[in-house]
Amino acid sequence: MIWTTAAPAVTTAFVSSLVEAVEALTIVLAVASVRGWRPAALGALAGLALLLLIVVALGPLLSRVPLHALQLVIGVLLLLFGMRWLRKAILRAGGVIALHDEGIAFATETEELRDQARQQETRLDWLAGLASFKAVVLEGLEVVFIVIAVGAGRGLVGPASLGALAACLVVAAFGFVIHRPLERVPENTLKFAVGVMLSAFGVFWTGEGLGVPWPGEDLAIVAIAALFLLIALAAVALTRPRVGAFP
Amino acid sequence: MNILVTASQALVGLFVDDGSLAVAILVIVLVSGILSILMPDMPLVAGAMLLIGCLAVLFANVMKAAQE
Repeated sequence: MIWTTAAPAVTTAFVSSLVEAVEALTIVLAVASVRGWRPAALGALAGLALLLLIVVALGPLLSRVPLHALQLVIGVLLLLFGMRWLRKAILRAGGVIALHDEGIAFATETEELRDQARQQETRLDWLAGLASFKAVVLEGLEVVFIVIAVGAGRGLVGPASLGALAACLVVAAFGFVIHRPLERVPENTLKFAVGVMLSAFGVFWTGEGLGVPWPGEDLAIVAIAALFLLIALAAVALTRPRVGAFP
Repeated sequence: MNILVTASQALVGLFVDDGSLAVAILVIVLVSGILSILMPDMPLVAGAMLLIGCLAVLFANVMKAAQE
């Protein structure tokens, strides 16, 4: 295992999973606060089981794809995924769009569940469990993609999975202890950092897939990430006054 | 059925948020791929095109979004 590739892959998987796990936890906690832990936990566990099934099904398929084709496809998907995250994080940091607020997300989900409770009491446990299931599956799909994307090109799916699992366990432990959404997590800063890393991985893997011999080999990921960070910070700096100029 | 539709939409949404950014990224990858085929002796040209193109596309897209 090459640490220069493993460290960015594991760190990216950990940080991005932290962000997604916080978002999923907010919904699961909203469900638990309205209908109790049983439907929330059952929905979350069913979601985790489906995610595990997807990983088990996809794993063997990946090993059959030629490496260059795999790097190219994953690289392009990472570019689309990572640059989408980075674009949104830049616009949030520049004040162009509102920051994601876990407190608001929690209140919205709780209110929706209470509305449903008033309308159809008998089906509510099922609907609450489904809300928990959907949150875990939808946020978890992003985690699965990131783990595969940053790990598959160099056979690092295992270490990247451990990074993601550690993040999910940390968030679950905090959620279990405080029973409230984790509002103080600097979510946009984390998304900004992950967007930079995923975009850098995307350029690197796409280039590898096209046969580009990057100078410095795996160390090129760090240099590419530095360039993305520079451009992103410049865009934030330039976006702030523009927002004031065009209210 | 409803959850499958939601999941499919979420899956596409993972990669495409702003359509023009996604198209621009794909164009950059395509041009880089063509360069790597046309200039097999100079693969770094394709790499430079890919890197600089992605940085430029991101910067331009964010600036455009801020103006709108």
